[in-house]
Amino acid sequence: MSEHLIKLRDAWPQILDGIGITLVLTVGGAALALVVAIALGLLARFDNILLRGTARVFIEFFRGTSLVVQLFWLYFVLPRFGVELSAIAVGIFALGLNYGAYGAEVVRGSLNSVPAGQWEATTALSLSRTQRMWRVIFPQAWALMIPSLTNLLIQLLKGTAIVSIIAMADLTFMIDKLRQDTDTFFAYTVGLLLYFALASLLTLGMNALEIRAKHKLGRGDSLRSALSFSSSASRAGKGVA
Amino acid sequence: MNSRPLWDWDAAWEVLPLLLEAFITVTLYVTVVSSFIAAVLGLVLAIARRSSPRPISALIGLVSNVIRMTPIVVQLLFAYYIFLDAEPLLIGVIIFGIHYATYMSEVYRAGIDAVPAGQWEAATALSMSRRRTWGAVIVPQALRATVPALGNYVISMFKDTPFLIAITVTEVVRAAQTYGGNHFTYIEAITLTGLIFLLSSYPTSLLIGRLEKRLAYTN
Repeated sequence: MSEHLIKLRDAWPQILDGIGITLVLTVGGAALALVVAIALGLLARFDNILLRGTARVFIEFFRGTSLVVQLFWLYFVLPRFGVELSAIAVGIFALGLNYGAYGAEVVRGSLNSVPAGQWEATTALSLSRTQRMWRVIFPQAWALMIPSLTNLLIQLLKGTAIVSIIAMADLTFMIDKLRQDTDTFFAYTVGLLLYFALASLLTLGMNALEIRAKHKLGRGDSLRSALSFSSSASRAGKGVA
Repeated sequence: MNSRPLWDWDAAWEVLPLLLEAFITVTLYVTVVSSFIAAVLGLVLAIARRSSPRPISALIGLVSNVIRMTPIVVQLLFAYYIFLDAEPLLIGVIIFGIHYATYMSEVYRAGIDAVPAGQWEAATALSMSRRRTWGAVIVPQALRATVPALGNYVISMFKDTPFLIAITVTEVVRAAQTYGGNHFTYIEAITLTGLIFLLSSYPTSLLIGRLEKRLAYTN
């Protein structure tokens, strides 16, 4: 066991490189997915059948054809059309388009769940379409959609592991190298715990975003007071006194 | 360089039977068997978590969380290298079953929590055994609302089966990749694979959406 730990220490810089690639794929994929999700989610609510239809076709296509197929299509077929992307770009595109399509449904659903009175109020205040969306409706929908987006972000992080099959030195790849130096049980336990730690950190970050989004709507504590346990404890103490 | 056409119908017709064979014998097979394992094991996990003493139920919770929040690819590789003698397909079926059981147990848990407290009290008042309380009162009521959510997980498992590539199982995407590599043309095989997934998952998700609406009305 202790010699495994020494091997782990020696391999640690490489594992950190692997975590770096995994994070680049996760953050890059998530950023693209967010843009795709908001764009398609907004388009899917238009009355115009052409705009709505285009959005629906995109959403159903990327949700329905499986991440790995999209990854392979971008990696093996796209060069036939003269477009050669690096492996990391292929990974980010496939993850972003696939999870963006799932996210579009979340965005659309959350926009629909903003109470009708809010929409009517914007009309009463004669706000423009853009003001209505970005100043009133979207901030409320954003607070609603964060929990579902958190789930998708964890799914995306887990999806990055398959990208190692198109020759990327991500965390999964580095764990497999560690396995060759130590043993399967040790290396993969370390690997699972590292992924678990990454997923937990992402979840914490998203929870902080949710607290902030709700606070901006006037619900709940600000992020700062939610983070400082002492101040909330002293407030509770005052309440009792 | 591009002497051959972009899309070659002969290649498409040649590869289609190979893809369909891999699709039926591996992709659908894994989906069906693993869904069954996941549905049963998920229910067992949900009940065990609720009716065990606290430390045990916390342990079950922690283990399911780790399984749920880590990549299935890593879990597949882990099991593949530990059980090198086992058939990769068997490992795939079991790992998919376990991974999705942790998702499904959350669905069951929500369903069980939604059964009104009065039902538990009534079962106690009628001095039913624990076994009968679960089997005749709680589970039947909890299951009804969970069907659409379980169905959605079956679809997402179906679309995850290509991850089996990582442990050399020849499911439909690997069949396409192999054909593409041998014939120096990937476009037909990989495009057809995408279409096969789309044509099977989209109608199924429409059906589940309708089922969801129907159950919502009758409740």
